Order: sequence, then structure tokens, then C-alpha cells
Amino acid sequence: MEKEVKIQLLELVKSFPMGKREFLALKGIDLSIYSGEFSGLVGPSGSGKTTLLNIIGSLDGPSQGEAIVLGQAVSKLSHKQAAHLRNQSIGFIFQTYNLLPVYTAFENVEFPLLLLKKSSSERKKAVMEALDWLGLADRAKSKPGTLSGGESQRVAIARAMVKRPEIVLADEPTANLDAENSHHILKTMVDLNKSLGTTFLFATHDEKVIGYLRRIIHLNDGKVAADEIIEK
Amino acid sequence: MLAIKLAIRNLLGAGLRTWLNVFVLSLSYVMIIYMNGMLDGWNSQAKSDMRVWETGGSQYWHTEYDPFDAFTIEDSHANIPVDFNKGIAAGDFAPVLITTASIFPEGRVQSVLLKGISINQNVVQLPSTSMLGEWDDIPAIIGKRMAEKNKLKKGDLLTIRWRDVDGTFDARDVVITEIFSCNVPSIDAGQVWIPLNTLQEMMQVANEATIIISSSEDDLDILSAEFVYKNFEFLTEEVTKIIQAKSVGTSIFYVILLLLAMLAIFDTQVLSIFRRQREIGTQIALGMTRGQVVRLFTIEGAMHAVLAAGLGAIYGIPLLLSQAKNGIPMPEGTEDFGMAISDTIIPEYSIGLIVGTIIAVLLAATIVSYIPARKISKMKPTDAIRGKVQ
Repeated sequence: MEKEVKIQLLELVKSFPMGKREFLALKGIDLSIYSGEFSGLVGPSGSGKTTLLNIIGSLDGPSQGEAIVLGQAVSKLSHKQAAHLRNQSIGFIFQTYNLLPVYTAFENVEFPLLLLKKSSSERKKAVMEALDWLGLADRAKSKPGTLSGGESQRVAIARAMVKRPEIVLADEPTANLDAENSHHILKTMVDLNKSLGTTFLFATHDEKVIGYLRRIIHLNDGKVAADEIIEK
Repeated sequence: MLAIKLAIRNLLGAGLRTWLNVFVLSLSYVMIIYMNGMLDGWNSQAKSDMRVWETGGSQYWHTEYDPFDAFTIEDSHANIPVDFNKGIAAGDFAPVLITTASIFPEGRVQSVLLKGISINQNVVQLPSTSMLGEWDDIPAIIGKRMAEKNKLKKGDLLTIRWRDVDGTFDARDVVITEIFSCNVPSIDAGQVWIPLNTLQEMMQVANEATIIISSSEDDLDILSAEFVYKNFEFLTEEVTKIIQAKSVGTSIFYVILLLLAMLAIFDTQVLSIFRRQREIGTQIALGMTRGQVVRLFTIEGAMHAVLAAGLGAIYGIPLLLSQAKNGIPMPEGTEDFGMAISDTIIPEYSIGLIVGTIIAVLLAATIVSYIPARKISKMKPTDAIRGKVQ
């Protein structure tokens, strides 16, 4: 059975102005990411991983070419439509967790559901379920300042997963974590990928993450250098 | 609704930073209401005292009479129209004859206004009845300011020189029968009050007056070519102008106070943009639209004003109510202020003043919050997530 294409990149080019010249961050990328994949963009710093992830997440637009995410061309989305796409279907996990500092863990996880206008009871149920998955139910009332790095990233994962998105984009999710926490978090993400069928796309150069990936897309100097499927 | 919910969450989450801003802003509320309430109270008290002591409900002035032009006074008198006679007998009108004169306290010469008022009048509170009785000299009453300035006391004799209607100078002694204390300097400073008929006799202008004070505010449409009706608003126009001038001066004070509070909010909001860039970027990444972010920050700023109204009410209401009940004591020396001012001013806090102040502060807080919030809408989410200062 043919798998559903979740993300399709067609001759994708991204350039940034650098003084009077243009810096080409992505140089014509063609790529398809399929439903339920646990894949990663791997490459050294400056290879274009984060830029590509930002375009897929509709936080940025391509300079040329197109990124089709869940059937929607990113370059043609208005700010509102892009926000709607992110809100409905994409979960983000950041290297620095990016938890909202004045909110508790519960409130951070609840935030995407507030934007989705879920009822109070629905929110409470979903948030507690998400925190429970990640073993954080007892930390629900804690503020980010009182959480460890591992706990913070788990809250961020809960926040990304609570709305059951179709795609999760994770940018260097383990960069600030020790090995034990990294493995714990990666195992959790693998479990979520398997149980919910969520498509995961990482941007990383961390060997620990690479070890869990089932598809590795090597980026080098803004181009796809290799694309390998790992049989596990 | 979402923006309000999140704004409340953000404000409460920010803790002390929020409450410091809220406290400063609450001071603005209380001070603006306090200052305006005091001015309104002063205005009301000044007009009330003027009505009781000086103006009555309205007046009829001789057409030539101009209290600010001493040269008009000599010629501004005429026969009291017969239409007033019944009202004068009933105590509804008090004719006053005014001329210039000189007094010689302690050997010095001083110009005064010599005013004649009927002894039995009860239109104004001047203690004219204290001039009743048999006196060797002309009985006269003066105010406390006049007495203090010229070192006069009850029973003192004072030589007075005046000109009659033909311009002939004459002089006689008056005896001070009463020294009255009132808040209205315009019937006190530089004035000597004597019985109306005595002054009419001295000036040889029988049955004439310069002004006629009416206890009523209504124009009685008395037909007279020589006297014109002056309503209460006209008679207290100067006080209104002074209060307005004071109000402008005070406004500067509370505008500064308001600006300080607004600056605190503006600073907080501007600081928030830079400090909370990553937070804003994250919110956008999680699906907030730019409009929602602008709304959130604007409401967050405006919420300061709402919380400040609540906090201001907690300590402001008891404070202002206590002052409305007990009044605000005025310092020594206000009697030389040039307008009616009592020892204690009872402030007046109207609903209009309170609601107007709340709306003004809320509006100002919303505007100063919107300006930095608008900047957020131009921020690139990818830069914001990285916390890249723009």
C-alpha cells in the first residue's frame, strides 16, 4: 500500500540577504516525507536543517520552489492560514524547550488547546493525559523555572503532542540534555510515533537522535546529500 | 475572550512586575479623582459662600456699574425702581449703594469702597443688624481681613472722607459695631459697610442704589432702563475662571502623574517585546495569529488599568470617602488668596469624575500598550523564536 505524502518539497530554494549579496541556505531541495515516518534532517551547522524545518512549519516561506505541507502550498498561505495550519496540524519541539515562562507545566501544555477553543473539560482531560504519557502528572503545577532540562523538554513534547498533530517538527530536541534524558525522550517519541502514527521530522546532528531515526536525510551546504532508509 | 484569559494569566504570572505597575497606575486614579474632587468641592463651596455672603441669587446692576473700574462707581447709582419696593419690604431684595472713600487708620490714608446696605435686609448674611440702635457716630461693619490689615477692632472710631453727588468732600467718624468673618474677600478687603439710608444722606442721593441683590435666581423682568439683571453664573464667573485656571495647573500635575504611569506600562510592554521575543515566537509557532498576539499584548497593557482601578478602589474609596466626610483642611493664609476659600474644603467626587477618570486612564493604557504590540506584528517568527533582537 502506498503511503500518504505529508510533506513534499519541490525545487525548494531559500536565500537570505547578506549585505548586498544573497546567501543561499537551501539550493533546490526535492523531498517527500510520508505519513508515520520517524525521519531526520542530518547535517553540520549551516547545512540548512533549521531553515528547512521552519519552511515546513510555515514559519517562513521559500524564495523559490514550493513546500506542500498536508496538501497546502506554504508560499501561498496568508499569515492567518499559516497560523491555522500550525495550530491544527503541526507540533513544534525546540532545542531550548521554549516553554512560556509565566505558565505552569499544565498551562503550557494547555496553550495549543486554548487556541483550538477546546472546552475546559476537554482541555483538562487531554493535558493530564499528555502529562501522564510523559510521566509529568505530578509536575503539572510547576513553572518552567523549577523544572529540570529533561522535564522541560518532556513538557514541550506534551505540548506538541496534546493536540494530536499530524506532523511533529523537532529542532535539535536533545541538544541541551544529558544522555539519559535524551534516550528517555527519544524513546517516548518513538512510542508516540508508533502508537499515534504521528509523522516526526527532526533536525539534528546528535548521534543519539540519529540512532533512533528510521530515515536519515543528509543535508550538506543546502542540498540533500543522501537519503537513507534504516531498517529496524 | 481567549486574549483576556491569556492576558490575565500572563499578568498574574508576571507577579511583582505587574503589581508595581498596577500600584503606580492606581496612584494616578486616586490622585486625579482627589485633585479634581477638591477643585469641584472648592468651586462649589466658593459659589455657595458667595451666594450666602455677596451675590444672593442674582443682582440688578446700574447700567454704568463695573466693579473692576473704579471710575464708573461715582456715576453708577440711580433711583431704586418702584417695582422693587414691595420685594425690599418683604426682604427679597437688598439695595446697595456704593461709593469710593478714604479712611485714615493710624494716620495713614487708605482708599476704600464705602457700601450702604439696609440694616434689616436678610438677603445676604452680612450682620447688618449690628448697626441697629442709637450711635453717636455712623455705625459700620467691616470684615476680618479689613480689620486685621488696618488693626481695627470692634468699638474703634475711624475717620472717613467721601464726596457727595456734587463732588463736595466731607468727613465724619464711623464706629466699628461688628467685625464679621467670612470666606468671601470681595465683601471684606478694603470695604466699609454702613446703613444704606445714612450713605444716601451723605451722598445726597435719596432712595438711590448701585446694585440690588435679589434672593431669587430668577429674572423678575422688572422694567427699568437703569438697572440690568445679572444672573448667578455671571456673578460667579470670576470664581469659575479662577477654578478653571487652577484646574489647568492641577491638570499638568496629574498629566505628569498619568504620563509616569503610562511610561511604566509602555516600558513594560516595550521591554516585553524584547524580553519575551522567544515567548512570542513560540506562541506564533503554536498557532497564534499576529492579530491575536497584538490583541493579547494590548489587552495585557489595558488590564493594568483595570487592576489599578480595583487596587485604587481598595485604598482610594476609604481615603476619599473620609475626606468627603471630614473635608480637607486648608493651610493658614488662604484668606489672602483672592477668592472665597473656607478653612476646610469638602471635596465632591461625582460619578462623572470617577467614570471619566477610569475611561481616560484605561484609554491611555490601551494606546500605550497597542503601540509596542503593533511592533510585535512585524516581528519574523523565526527570529522571534531564536530571541534575536530586532
